[in-house]
Amino acid sequence: MALLKVTSPHAHKGHSTAQLMRLVILATLPGFLALVWFFGVGVVFNVALACLACVGFEALAIKLRGRPVMFYLRDYSALVTGVLLGLSLPPYCPWWIVVVGSLCAIILAKQLYGGMGFNPFNPAMVAYVILLISFPVEMTQWAAPSTLLEAGQTLPGISDSLQKIWAGVPIDGYTAATPLDIMKQNNSLLVADVYANEPAFNTGTLAGAGWEWANIGFLIGGLFLLSQRVFTWHAPVSMLIALTVMATLFHDGGSSSSGGSPLFHLLSGATMLGAFFIVTDPVSSAVSKKGRIIYGAAIGVLVFVIRHWGNYPDALAFSVLLLNFAAPFIDYYTLPRTYGHAKARRATEKEE
Amino acid sequence: MTSLIRIRDIPGGIHPPEHKDQSLRLPLGSVPLPPQLVVPVSQHIGEPATPVVSVGERVLTGQLIAAANGVFSANIHAPSSGTVIAVEDRMLTHPSGMSDTCIVIETDGKDEWIPLQPCEDYHALDKAALQEKIRLAGVAGLGGAGFPTAVKLNPRSTEVIDTLIINGAECEPYITADDMLMQTRADEIIAGTLMISHLLHEPKDLIIGLEDNKPKALAALQKAAEGTRVQVVEFPTKYPSGGAKQIIQILTGREIPTDHHSAYIGVICLNVGTVAAAWRAVRYGEPLISRITTVVGETLEIQRNVEVRIGTPIDFVLAQHGFDAKKASRLIMGGPMMGFTLPSPSVPVIKTTNCILAPTLKELPPPAPAQACIRCGLCADACPASLLPQQLFWYAQAEDMEKLQAHNLFDCIECGACSYVCPSNIPLVQYYRAAKGSIRQHEQEKEKSDRSRRRFEFRQQRIAKEEAEKEAKRLARKQAAEEAKQKLAEKAAAAAPAPQAEVVAEAVAKARAVQQTPEEQQAKLERILAAARNSLEHAQQPLVPNEEGAVITQEQLEKQQARIKQAELKVSEAEKKLADFMATQNNSTAAPADTPAPANDPVAAAIARAQAKLSMSPEEKLRSTLESLQTRLAKAQEKANAAKAEGSPTADALQQGVEKLQQKIADTEAELAQLAPAASEANAPSAEQHAAEAAIEKAKAKAAALATMSEEEKRAEQLKSVETRLQKARERLAKAEADNDPNIEAFRNGVVKLEEKHRELQDA
Ligand code: SF4
Ligand code: SF4
Repeated sequence: MALLKVTSPHAHKGHSTAQLMRLVILATLPGFLALVWFFGVGVVFNVALACLACVGFEALAIKLRGRPVMFYLRDYSALVTGVLLGLSLPPYCPWWIVVVGSLCAIILAKQLYGGMGFNPFNPAMVAYVILLISFPVEMTQWAAPSTLLEAGQTLPGISDSLQKIWAGVPIDGYTAATPLDIMKQNNSLLVADVYANEPAFNTGTLAGAGWEWANIGFLIGGLFLLSQRVFTWHAPVSMLIALTVMATLFHDGGSSSSGGSPLFHLLSGATMLGAFFIVTDPVSSAVSKKGRIIYGAAIGVLVFVIRHWGNYPDALAFSVLLLNFAAPFIDYYTLPRTYGHAKARRATEKEE
Repeated sequence: MTSLIRIRDIPGGIHPPEHKDQSLRLPLGSVPLPPQLVVPVSQHIGEPATPVVSVGERVLTGQLIAAANGVFSANIHAPSSGTVIAVEDRMLTHPSGMSDTCIVIETDGKDEWIPLQPCEDYHALDKAALQEKIRLAGVAGLGGAGFPTAVKLNPRSTEVIDTLIINGAECEPYITADDMLMQTRADEIIAGTLMISHLLHEPKDLIIGLEDNKPKALAALQKAAEGTRVQVVEFPTKYPSGGAKQIIQILTGREIPTDHHSAYIGVICLNVGTVAAAWRAVRYGEPLISRITTVVGETLEIQRNVEVRIGTPIDFVLAQHGFDAKKASRLIMGGPMMGFTLPSPSVPVIKTTNCILAPTLKELPPPAPAQACIRCGLCADACPASLLPQQLFWYAQAEDMEKLQAHNLFDCIECGACSYVCPSNIPLVQYYRAAKGSIRQHEQEKEKSDRSRRRFEFRQQRIAKEEAEKEAKRLARKQAAEEAKQKLAEKAAAAAPAPQAEVVAEAVAKARAVQQTPEEQQAKLERILAAARNSLEHAQQPLVPNEEGAVITQEQLEKQQARIKQAELKVSEAEKKLADFMATQNNSTAAPADTPAPANDPVAAAIARAQAKLSMSPEEKLRSTLESLQTRLAKAQEKANAAKAEGSPTADALQQGVEKLQQKIADTEAELAQLAPAASEANAPSAEQHAAEAAIEKAKAKAAALATMSEEEKRAEQLKSVETRLQKARERLAKAEADNDPNIEAFRNGVVKLEEKHRELQDA
């Protein structure tokens, strides 16, 4: 009788990596729908194109590296990168922006480092930053949310958007400053006045029309993932707390130099998308629980610092990349205390 | 008695499906005697036992058939009566499928027992006798590791045991052997607990701990424990709460410091089965010849717990339970988390066989292909030892042994929780085992080579010392001779170069003799290198499956890789050593070879030089070489001049030698200048004689010091001190006995230990 000779454990349980990735994609749905609702079909095109391009590049890279293509594609990681990249690009941006972004994400940031699991930086964020620096004009034109449109105007239709995306045919007045831009530019009005006067705010309730709902959508998705134990709470929660603390410190009673309320920061820009879908990317973050708390908190602080004092429209990508750099360093100093050891060791220590 | 024990949580842990009820539906069964019993002599941790029966001998049930080999071993008894038909190597119940001595008994079906010596009241025995009874019965940990129980029950006198934990957690899925035992023999467990408590000087807490998925066992134990000090405590079910470290943490909150035993923190932890076996050993005099085993898995018609004799072939047990080999994928001894696959179904049940698991392919499907680690951290969340399995995996792949140790690889208990949860199906534990293995191997090898290096150095020093002493004598003699000669020359005023030449010849011969050893060394190094190359070749040979049709597993491949690495390392080490050796050899043979003329003291200087070189920096080395070269130059010059003046025929050759020396000095100076620009102070040719003598002196002193440290003397010293201590301890014991001191037991223990040590030293 031929007996299978394998070592323990013989049982295995839990999600497979592919299942985890599918859950992540599923969890972006509420945020995605909110974005589509407020910003139109451009979001759909972005996500679809980014997914296609990412999977295509992934397949190409794996083929070139002489690995079994289907085996690696089935882990869905390229698709996740595509979805996240598509969600973070401005709707109705030219098609080549999306394709170049996908190329950077998959080839530069992931496969060149050895593929899944070996990338030190979050691929979607690398792509975002490269695009932002290379094509600032295209990357800073955000569509106006539907609530901001004049009476009689509608969100760009499918054919308009396709023409805009593929041929660069301009659409009139589809862009608008984001709430973050407005808050940053403001230096004369009290926060309360900004909320009352700026259309981007007074057509919304908490943190600017459209954005607040997108953020709430991603928050819901994130909570779902937490409940499924797809990731642990440490990094996202500490990031959100750090951001809240910073925003509270510099709220300045809502004066004209205020950075905006904590709620405003939590629900604008890429905060929730970042907290639950980017910061939780396990590959490029710190490994231990303690490490992940530090990692998340530092991102939260940096997000606020760059938003408030920096020059970029949103800070998440930069903060995440900076902390990706720092992750190995954090790991060195946050080894957990092992059973039977009086204190935690440093990774630099040798066996005594 | 209700419990006052506070239950703590352990970090990590998992909740795999329990699969426990399927083996609990039927009552405890039994397996008939097989036609043959195969009893391995090594069923425990430690030294294998030594067979004490011979082929053809008739044995009775319970008769000693293999005797414990030292303290760290266990007796083996005949599981049933019959005839010994073989004492030979058979495949062991071990993951590796290796073979070792087994005693094969053809049973006669009579099951005729040797007369047993029951003991109604263990309080009547003194503790040493009680311990001896347990030891003689061959009781070893039945929970899995097979640690000889008597060793555990004999903690160091410095370790005060305040807690005795009886482990009934049984956290592995499928296994219910302990559960069944607790349900059916609760009173034996309680009695055993009390007995062991007595043996350990009544620890404060006696706790039987079990997971809360065994309500029947809990009830039975609680009933049996009524009116005793034993506390029966249940805690939440979570794998691996049954690990010794984990159950101790759950019940006491204490952690065993790494590199220590549990006794160090005042805890002794025994499996329930072990306690029952110890009790039977004392109460009924029964040796450990059977155990309760769970026979479970969907390939079986009957799934239940059985009482089975040690040595019963597992295929025999399976056949009794309607095993369907067609449906089976693997056979596991132990549970699905930590058990191992059996190399063959014919291996026997041993003392640690708590479960035979015969799952279908559907129950335990073959492992899915591993994907990349996505560093999700699920493994770290599951690890009960608070390790970072993903980092360990990373470093194990990179074979970064230092980092592995810095991440506490050796605190991994191989529970498998990390592999279980890993979404990428990475066989993490397999990597850890391989890494641990190669680190251990590496350390052993290092230890070995260190030892031989020390031995080699010691030998070198001894040789140098002997030579130095001889040389000193020779110098003295020569000086006297020269003085005499000078006097003679003064008297005779006649030139006679002949004796000088003789002296030269002698010195050259001496120098050659010294070199004899280096040649031998070279040969030896070459031999080592050849051997290393050989074993590398051997390791590189393609793997052959050790069974027809078996596949070569990843693990085997890895092991081979490790072996090849190891062999390569050895080859390169050997090559390097040889190269180094050749280099030094060339240097030192070159030097005396081209300057045979200075007859004064080449050998002594060479020795001094070699000696000094051992502990010199390169700069110092160069400088000393320079010094000696200059001395030699001065002498050679003198001689050459003298020869010229006399018109001797050797004058030319001598002059050539002088020139060579000058060249060499220039070279050395250049080298030295490179090493340290300030090398000009090496112009003290008069000091060199002192230097040489000082070096000899130093060598002598060193040698003397080494000699006093020789092993024998050390041992003698120890022996003497042990003897004095023993003497004193005996006196103290006698006094204690006279006074009826309460600590008399401790004194006696001390004396016994000292006696042991004394014997060891004498034997050594
Ligand atoms: S569970 Fe597996 S995939 Fe996740 S971090 Fe651990 S080893 Fe990597
Ligand atoms: S096998 Fe080792 S590393 Fe994995 S969970 Fe268990 S103790 Fe931790």
